[in-house]
Amino acid sequence: MCGIVGLLVKTPALREQLGALMVPMLIGMTERGPDSAGLAVFSTPLAENERKISLYSGLTDDGADFNWLGLTHELKGHLGVTAAVEPKGNHAILSFDIAPTVVKRWIKEHHPKLHILSTGRSIDLYKDIGTPAEVAARYGFAGLTGSHLVGHTRMATESAVTPDRAHPFTAGEDFCLVHNGSLSNPNGIRRMLEPRGITFETDNDTEAACRFLEWRLREGDDLETALQKGFEELDGFYTFLMGTPDKLALIRDPFACKPAVVAETDDYVAIASEFRSLAHLPGVKHATVFEPAPEEMYVWNA
Amino acid sequence: MERLTFDLAAQPLRELNTFLHTGAKEGKVGHVTVLNPDGAHNIAVGLDCPIQVEVVGHAGYYAGGMNKTATVTITGSAGTGVAENMMSGKVHVKGFASNGAGASAHGGLLVIEGDAGLRCGISLKGGNIVVGGSVGSFSAFMAQAGRMVICGNAGDALGDSLYEAVLYVKGSVKSLGADAQYEPMTDEDVAVVASLLDQAGLAHDAKDFKRIASKRSLYHWNADANQEY
Repeated sequence: MCGIVGLLVKTPALREQLGALMVPMLIGMTERGPDSAGLAVFSTPLAENERKISLYSGLTDDGADFNWLGLTHELKGHLGVTAAVEPKGNHAILSFDIAPTVVKRWIKEHHPKLHILSTGRSIDLYKDIGTPAEVAARYGFAGLTGSHLVGHTRMATESAVTPDRAHPFTAGEDFCLVHNGSLSNPNGIRRMLEPRGITFETDNDTEAACRFLEWRLREGDDLETALQKGFEELDGFYTFLMGTPDKLALIRDPFACKPAVVAETDDYVAIASEFRSLAHLPGVKHATVFEPAPEEMYVWNA
Repeated sequence: MERLTFDLAAQPLRELNTFLHTGAKEGKVGHVTVLNPDGAHNIAVGLDCPIQVEVVGHAGYYAGGMNKTATVTITGSAGTGVAENMMSGKVHVKGFASNGAGASAHGGLLVIEGDAGLRCGISLKGGNIVVGGSVGSFSAFMAQAGRMVICGNAGDALGDSLYEAVLYVKGSVKSLGADAQYEPMTDEDVAVVASLLDQAGLAHDAKDFKRIASKRSLYHWNADANQEY
């Protein structure tokens, strides 16, 4: 079991409240996923030449005491890169204006235990073990702003409870995916992707779906085409919720084994595994509430 | 008869269900209103007295499950397994219902005014289900007794491995399951459908429905079938 939540605000004024509206959604899914939680938030993109990466130091020796400012000094010294850092305990967002592959390669060489959570111009990502309430408080989720977000509460079934196996998973730039369910052919997907130079960071089944779909997008498929190939290639039980800089997308397996419910008003589209995570939203009593059909694509534009 | 209101925003669900299982049996309260259900699971499950319960809003999983003699109305939608294993009485959902609605119901009437999800009426054991909208795939799978009236359309594999339950569909059926077949509507069928539609408060002409029942070819193991059915 796991819980998924997604929120996209249509009214620009609500962007300031994105995190505050979402926290009760995430906490509402605690019974479905008490062991880990995470979210990816999308906000106004950085300039064309800039990138940001979300980093997690919980697996390093220093943990939450990681010297984030020191990291920027090292980057300046080694690569001549001026990077800005916004730390939140064992998590930080590092932004800079060179190719992210250079920075990421350097981090992997010099700080191999530092986990790179996401890369892009829009996406910030947080995930850790703990209850949804603990994780939300740890990173100040209530203060997050942006146009849309994708969140997850995890009850692990397919791989261990560790921060790097929490959701969302990311691949490439500005793409993330959360999953409720379990895939039956993740190893087949891995064997198909690995010879194409795609590397995996965990043994988690969701990572296979995430890298598969991102690979299709990178090969030129639009989101709808990539999702159609997902229906054809990914076997198992799933409700997937995905985020890109301007879209939220949702699909369910043909047997609708895992739940999802949507509430839409003029102000927002909110998605959750169950209605109890939507019940607190303003105006939800008059929202259009529906259950997404199996094997259909639902795409909402930010 | 007295009326009582439980506000689940202020009172725990257990208080409601405890009353419905104990105090309600004294027969003094005829009607209970449940406010702010907010998708909670197990609302009004296991009722065993002829009380009216109105849930104002959206219910979570298993609402009205195992119901006996009570009438449970949900003004919003219902989550997975609404009226699961109902014995008698009535559960009426004004909105849509998620997967497994009315699963294995032995008796009573389940009305869903909107659409029902997948596996509606799976393993039905004698209850009646009327769906105002459409039902998802694998509905009435292995249904043994009882009737389903579907005013909209049905998804894939309707009535797969049916036993003696009978299905009536007004709209289109994406596909029938193994061993399900269309049969002619008799006068008795029309009367049954008209009566169920009347009990559900849905205005359709019973003559517009098609009857689906079991071919009974899966009832006995046939070694000569060579696994081909």
